[in-house]
Amino acid sequence: MRPVAVVGIGKTPFGAFAGRDLRSLAVEAGEKCLENGHARPSQVEVFFLGNFAGPSFMGQNHLAPYISTALGIQGVPASRVEAACASSGSAFFHAWAEVAAGVYDLALVVGVEKMTSQPTPRVTEILASAGDCAGEIKAGSTFASLFAMIARRHMHQYGTRKEHLSAVAVKNHANGALNPDAHMRKPITLEQALAGKPIADPLNLYDCSLVSDGAAAVLLAPGERAAEFSEKPVRVLGIAQASDYLALDQKEDITTFPAVRRAAEKAYGMAGVGPQDIQLAELHDCFTIAEVIATEDLGFVPRGEGGPFAFEGHTSRGGRIPVNTSGGLKSKGHPVGATGVAQICDLVLQMRCEAGERQVPRHSLGLAQNLGGSGATCVVTILGTV
Amino acid sequence: MNPATGTVYTETVIYSAPEAFVNDVPYQTAIVSLDGGGWVTGRVLGERVSIDDRVEQVETRDGVPYFRKIA
Repeated sequence: MRPVAVVGIGKTPFGAFAGRDLRSLAVEAGEKCLENGHARPSQVEVFFLGNFAGPSFMGQNHLAPYISTALGIQGVPASRVEAACASSGSAFFHAWAEVAAGVYDLALVVGVEKMTSQPTPRVTEILASAGDCAGEIKAGSTFASLFAMIARRHMHQYGTRKEHLSAVAVKNHANGALNPDAHMRKPITLEQALAGKPIADPLNLYDCSLVSDGAAAVLLAPGERAAEFSEKPVRVLGIAQASDYLALDQKEDITTFPAVRRAAEKAYGMAGVGPQDIQLAELHDCFTIAEVIATEDLGFVPRGEGGPFAFEGHTSRGGRIPVNTSGGLKSKGHPVGATGVAQICDLVLQMRCEAGERQVPRHSLGLAQNLGGSGATCVVTILGTV
Repeated sequence: MNPATGTVYTETVIYSAPEAFVNDVPYQTAIVSLDGGGWVTGRVLGERVSIDDRVEQVETRDGVPYFRKIA
C-alpha cells in the first residue's frame, strides 16, 4: 500500500433548505472540493457517493452517476455506498483503498443527504429502516429508542447520569455556535438540556442530533502527488471499517460497540499510534450517549467513565482531548449520508489551522469515528500532518 | 405450554414514533432476556417496567411479543 493524502475539501452549510434538492447540494460540495484541491473534473479517476436514503427521501435511485455527471466527471467508475449513518465514512474508506492500492490516483468522495422534505414521522421511519426491520423495528423501535435503551443500560451498569449526557449536548452546542456552517448555532445551558421535550426516555430533544440537509466532499491523491493539488495536504495515517449485527438484541452487551473497538484497533495499528496520542477527534454523536461510549470504545477513557469525562470538561475545546469542535452531529447537523465525509473535512480544517474561532492549539493528529445504525458499521480514520 | 418469562435487560418509553406507530405513543419497548435463553425486543403492556423486573409474554401480535410485569 502507498501513502494517501486528503488534498481537497468542500462542504455546503448544514441546515433545512427548502429550495435545495439533493443533486444541487452534492454538486456544490463537489465543486468547492475540486476548487480547493486545484483539480479539474476531467482529472478525477474514480467517484464515490456516500448516501443513506436518497431513494426513500427523494424517489431517485442510481445516484452516483446522477451526481458525478452533474459535476462534469465523465466516463469513470461512479458508485454509491450505503451503510446507514456511516455511508460516506464507508465511501471514504473504499476510495482510500483504491488509491492506496494504486488502482487510481485521484478519487473524489461526496456525501449527501436531503432529509427535510419529509415530515418527522416519515423521517423517523426511513431512519428506522437502518435497524432490523423484522424484529426491533417491527416492535416500534426508533433510532432514538435504541440509543435510549443503550443509555439506560449504561446508566445501570456504570452509574452514568442524565447530566453527563446533557453535558455533551451543551459542549457541542457551544462549539457549533462558532461554526458558520452549523445547522444550529445556539449555545444552550445544562438546565435547558436537561429539560428538553422527551423523545425516548432517558433521551430528550437535546440528546438527539438534527435532521438536516447538506453535503460534504473530499479529494484523495497518492502522497507522492499531494503537492500538485494542495499546499497543506493531510495524510491518512490509519483507517479501518468494521461490522456487527444490526439488531441490539443479537449483541452480548449493548454498552459497547465491537465494530468501533475493532476498527479503532486496526486504525491505531496502521498509524502506529495509540489513543493517548490523539489530539482532537470528530466522533459520531448521533445521540449524546453515542459520544460518551465512543470515547470509551476508542480508548480515550476506561469503559464506564465516558460520562464523567465529558461532564468534567475533558472533551471541550480547552480539555485534554477536544471532541467535536465542529459542533458534532448535535449542533453542526446530521445529513446522514454526508456526516462521515464532513467529519474528515472538519478535522482537515483544524489540521490546516483554518477552523477560525473554534481552532484548537494541538492539531497534528486527529481521529474521526463514523457509526452506522446502532453500531453495525463503523469507520475509524486517523489523519496527520506530521 | 407455559408462557415465556424473562428479565428486563433494558427498556425505554417512546414519545416520538415512526409513522406506523404514532397513535400508540407513549409506549414502552424492552429487550427481555428470556429464561429459555436469548434476547428479544418486545412491547410492554400495563405497568411500566424497569431493568431487572420479571416479565411474562402475554401475547404476540404480528410477530412482536408483548410482555407484562409479573407482580
